[in-house]
Amino acid sequence: MTNLDLDALIDDPGTRIVVTCGAGGVGKTTTAAALGLRAAERGRKVVVLTIDPARRLAQSLGLTELDNTPREVAGVHPANGGRLDAMMLDMKRTFDEVVLTHATPEKAEQILANPFYVALSSSFAGTQEYMAMEKLGQLHKQAEQSGDWDLIVVDTPPSRSALDFLDAPERLASLLEGRFLRLLLAPARGPFRLMSAGVNMAMSVLNKVLGAQVLTDVQTFVAAFDTLFGGFRQRAERTVALLREPHTAFLVVAAPQNDALREASYFTERLREESMPLAGVVLNRVTNTHVPDLSAERSLGAAERLEEADKSPLTAAVLRLHADKMQQVVGDHKRADRFRRGHRAIPTVEVPALADDVHDLTGLRVIGDLLTA
Amino acid sequence: MVTGKGGTGKTTVAAAMALALAEQGKRILLVEVEGRQGLAQLFDIPPLPYVETRIAQGPGGGEVFALAVDAEAALLEYLDMYYHLGRAGKALDKVGAIDFVTTIAPGLRDVLLTGKVYEATRRKSHGRLAYDAVVLDAPPTGRIARFLNVNHEVADLAKVGPIRNQADAIMGMLRSDVTRIHLVTLLEEMPVQETLDAVEHLEELDLRIGSIVVNMVRNSPLDDEAIALAVKEKLPAAEISRGLRAAGVAVSKGLVDTLVAEAHDHAVRIGLERENRDRIDALGKQVTELALQPEGIDHGTLIDLAEEFRR
Repeated sequence: MTNLDLDALIDDPGTRIVVTCGAGGVGKTTTAAALGLRAAERGRKVVVLTIDPARRLAQSLGLTELDNTPREVAGVHPANGGRLDAMMLDMKRTFDEVVLTHATPEKAEQILANPFYVALSSSFAGTQEYMAMEKLGQLHKQAEQSGDWDLIVVDTPPSRSALDFLDAPERLASLLEGRFLRLLLAPARGPFRLMSAGVNMAMSVLNKVLGAQVLTDVQTFVAAFDTLFGGFRQRAERTVALLREPHTAFLVVAAPQNDALREASYFTERLREESMPLAGVVLNRVTNTHVPDLSAERSLGAAERLEEADKSPLTAAVLRLHADKMQQVVGDHKRADRFRRGHRAIPTVEVPALADDVHDLTGLRVIGDLLTA
Repeated sequence: MVTGKGGTGKTTVAAAMALALAEQGKRILLVEVEGRQGLAQLFDIPPLPYVETRIAQGPGGGEVFALAVDAEAALLEYLDMYYHLGRAGKALDKVGAIDFVTTIAPGLRDVLLTGKVYEATRRKSHGRLAYDAVVLDAPPTGRIARFLNVNHEVADLAKVGPIRNQADAIMGMLRSDVTRIHLVTLLEEMPVQETLDAVEHLEELDLRIGSIVVNMVRNSPLDDEAIALAVKEKLPAAEISRGLRAAGVAVSKGLVDTLVAEAHDHAVRIGLERENRDRIDALGKQVTELALQPEGIDHGTLIDLAEEFRR
């Protein structure tokens, strides 16, 4: 069981991309922002890409303008030429930009107006993940070309499954290149007679169920989009390759609850299977106390003695609070230890739970200190 | 319909609600639609197939069935039911059409999922409704309005035709008196904000809010006066020292300081929780509180939560 040294990670100029991932609600975004801030204040030129930050955290990073480009964060104390930029992903806009960049103006207009494109770009379950990868690719390219940044910190979308961001590009790409799509394109390209009877039957069913207009819309969409597909898959593959390189570090964030830890285990295994470089696991929001010697049982016993004797209700209440806290402390540590024992090769760092939500740079600095303590 | 931000316990609440509704002689269907197998995990049973499966008995004696709806299977079933397209349906599946259509047009996917709920709600068996109530573990608050606004999602894609008619019928049921949407939240900033946003969006769509379920509520052992003092870090250390001695606990300055600091953290959190509770109350909806289950959720605690709902 080794300790995860995050200062060493962010100080290493070889670290160019840090990806935080994990189940929803474990503090991924806060961890990403805190690490980005710390790296900037230690001399790195950092851009943080967040997906869906809490409002007050977003405000503290100056993420009030949604223009889909990184903005410098005010109030940072950068050392040795460091800086911190941050941006929040606008998935529809990112998708639109991809279309506008890669299609002819005429085709782009057709695509942007198509109802299937509108549905796909604003609500497809994988679009957010796909666009996060797209944006990461763009930022990386910009960083290489302009030297604006030497470290990109990416927060992953709050997915139903933490693995979606790895799977979504492949899923979307294979969908867009799938057999059915080629069939839909066939009428635009060649004679119908090449289609098998099964396909004809399938088409007539679709017509019957969806209505002719829907099918026409799909075909228009697919035909207009056709030129983009190849590029989509290529870029997705390039980004995935980028994530496999040693300059990338994945941080899995987990809270010491069974669901989050189960998700974290699953995630670390998946990263290993995919040969993605895992830096370690952040065990976040672990309940701590300065007086672990006063156990829950003793604390509760003492509270009960006071209550029976009708003495100092305040002390009894405070002891009951401590007993509750100790129960959590013991439970959190038991679950965190079990996780560490089950993953001996993976470096971990434990971050104690704070009383208040983090919503300003001062709070992020505190988290940064705790992450590297 | 039960929705909530991820991590608020919406699946647990949906399950507890289904158990609570399962009075003697009643049959309740508990449905999940996100392919997470959350119900199987919760009830500690093997992954649910696309078949209604009896999973539990409610404390009132009725039966709870569970179903994990899968959009592709639902589409095939739909095609078969309304168009008798056994073979053609399979042909569609084979060329990837089903996957393509349900993925590229999430609105259609949602119609299929809500369509299954619609079908189960209206289904008759032996001259009576097959289920007395259907409880849906719905998508999270961030997506719920879009998920339930099937009409709109489909209207953009299909202006006429059978899918459109189906969507209209489903929307009619969702807006009618038989449907209520319950939102699960914790008294924390983000879940409360999402709850407020979702209520606004749902009401704009003429959908009916049932209640707000405030989950994982902890009672404070401190009274209001003590909380006010603790927030200001002004709890009387001397009194606590005396109290500890009276209780036979060895007193050190470190111990007293830590207890005061822990009470302070607690009081700060209580303050935030109260602000969030005020924001929930300002909605003017029915609010149900469910106590935190410190030991975690198992079948026993689910029954306890169901009892809280029954009360």
